Amino acid sequence: MASVHSTAEPDFRTKLQDWLPKLVLSPSVAAMVVFVYGFIVYTIYLSFTDSKMLPSYDWVGFKNYATLFGLSAWSTALVNLAVFASLYIVICMAIGLLLAIFLDQKIRGESVLRPIYLYPMALSFIVTGTAWKWFLDPGIGLEHTMQLWGWESFKFGWIKDRNMAIYTLVIAAVWQSSGFVMAMFLAGLRGIDNEMLKAAQIDGASNWQLYRRIVIPLLRPAFMSAFVILAHLAIKSYDLVIALTGGGPGRATELPATFMYSYTFTRNQMGVGAASAVIMLMGVAAVMVPYIYSELKEKK
Amino acid sequence: MAVATQDTAVRTGRITRTFIYVVLIFFACFYLLPFFIMMVNSVKPLPEITGGNMMALPKEPTIAPWLSAWSTAQIGVEATGLKPYFLNSILMVVPAVAISTVLGALNGYILTKWRFRGDTILFGLMLFSCFIPFQIVLIPMARILGILGLASTIPGLILVHVVYGIGFATLYFRNYYAAVPTELVRSAQIDGAGFFQIFWRIMLPLSGPITIVCIIWQFTNIWNDFLFGASFAGSNPPMTVALNNLVQSSTGVKEYNVHFAGAILAALPTLLVYIVAGRYFVRGLMAGSVKG
Repeated sequence: MASVHSTAEPDFRTKLQDWLPKLVLSPSVAAMVVFVYGFIVYTIYLSFTDSKMLPSYDWVGFKNYATLFGLSAWSTALVNLAVFASLYIVICMAIGLLLAIFLDQKIRGESVLRPIYLYPMALSFIVTGTAWKWFLDPGIGLEHTMQLWGWESFKFGWIKDRNMAIYTLVIAAVWQSSGFVMAMFLAGLRGIDNEMLKAAQIDGASNWQLYRRIVIPLLRPAFMSAFVILAHLAIKSYDLVIALTGGGPGRATELPATFMYSYTFTRNQMGVGAASAVIMLMGVAAVMVPYIYSELKEKK
Repeated sequence: MAVATQDTAVRTGRITRTFIYVVLIFFACFYLLPFFIMMVNSVKPLPEITGGNMMALPKEPTIAPWLSAWSTAQIGVEATGLKPYFLNSILMVVPAVAISTVLGALNGYILTKWRFRGDTILFGLMLFSCFIPFQIVLIPMARILGILGLASTIPGLILVHVVYGIGFATLYFRNYYAAVPTELVRSAQIDGAGFFQIFWRIMLPLSGPITIVCIIWQFTNIWNDFLFGASFAGSNPPMTVALNNLVQSSTGVKEYNVHFAGAILAALPTLLVYIVAGRYFVRGLMAGSVKG
């Protein structure tokens, strides 16, 4: 085809072919630059202004951050996040690892069990919260049922208890995500070379030693991926709180995400809301940036 | 399935095996219980729920709660049921998934087969954008949607979901295409095939599995989104927001059976997708993105 054209044409065509990939990529890059990084810069800027109901551009320095860290609601949210995130991550990983190891023992019915463990991840946190809110409601859910079954003294009122409500968030969140973590560990286990395990068995290693010394260390990449995914989910947790507890009782289950929303959109303290979003972003960045950096360096 | 032969070589005794089965079945119950309870109670008349046992099977099964949740329940101020919001979600999800998947495929193709200086940094920036807490973009997004005249509209939500969905879509396709031999592309180039021809003839026919993974992922995430829907949809909210309004409404008697029917309706599309194609999703995840 090119031979019929004049000599200048192929040049143009080659040039076009050189530019085409970048041209096709450019809308995505533009969207990212504006909607992600541009917006981040804008929100960071707002966090240094005295924005209230609407954005304002009067610079106030670190005043919003000082206000933010002086608020008891914010410190409650941070403490709650620390409790929620650490339990959520640890329990999800523990259950995920346990189920993956057990499922990996030539289990009959694995193809039935696996989807059962996994299906909660298809549900939204709103649906998860609706289901668990009711299940945990002492007047109608588990407590009520146990009492009807004759266990008169059974009490399970965590969801109405200021000190315990945060743990109900953990239960519901673990229910939703632990199956997914199981799948990640199972993928890791299936990638382990069986010859190595057989050799260790011949050397007389017990099953316990086998897993502790060989298998679990080999699962390091799966641990890393699971940690990163769970950590960023924990920091972003918003819907589940809204559906399960609404942040209550009182402020017992307030998290940074719900704090940000209420300060920005209902209390009209946009500057403080923006500052809290920036802190959340820093939290995610602290987890993600080293991970992404090491991933991309390895794959090069 | 090939997976069955990849089980561990570890051998276990009979008592250990019994223990393993007990634990596995216990957890199966744990995962099934909440959904089972929602199912059972969504077909009970209200007095049977408030006066009875949540674990009991319905004495007088009725589909009235489902009909009510679908078409007559009070959502906010209007008694429209969840139907219009279900439709909103469909109208939002289909284009958003389609657009973000196509862009993700093209981006992944370019970032692996048409590499240029700085492409890794660019990809790193895209990857990070998948994980940002969306609170950081809520305020400017609300303003931009207002400026574009897209506030409280479905196209506005589509835009939002496409923009924040591109990162994951690109991630999936990039990791997948990285395993396609570049020589294939080079030799096609020597034969005179152009950018789109190579994509169309070589890459696309190979993309089945990862396309399924990407579509399931995007569909689940966008359908299940609450934050953007609650922030930007105004009077046209998607299903998740409507369900929350239904469940949290403080007026009148709490119709638990209707809430459950509504919750299952909201979960149905993603559950269906998951049941039909979930196997491919897990397999695709195992093959690609999760691999450390």
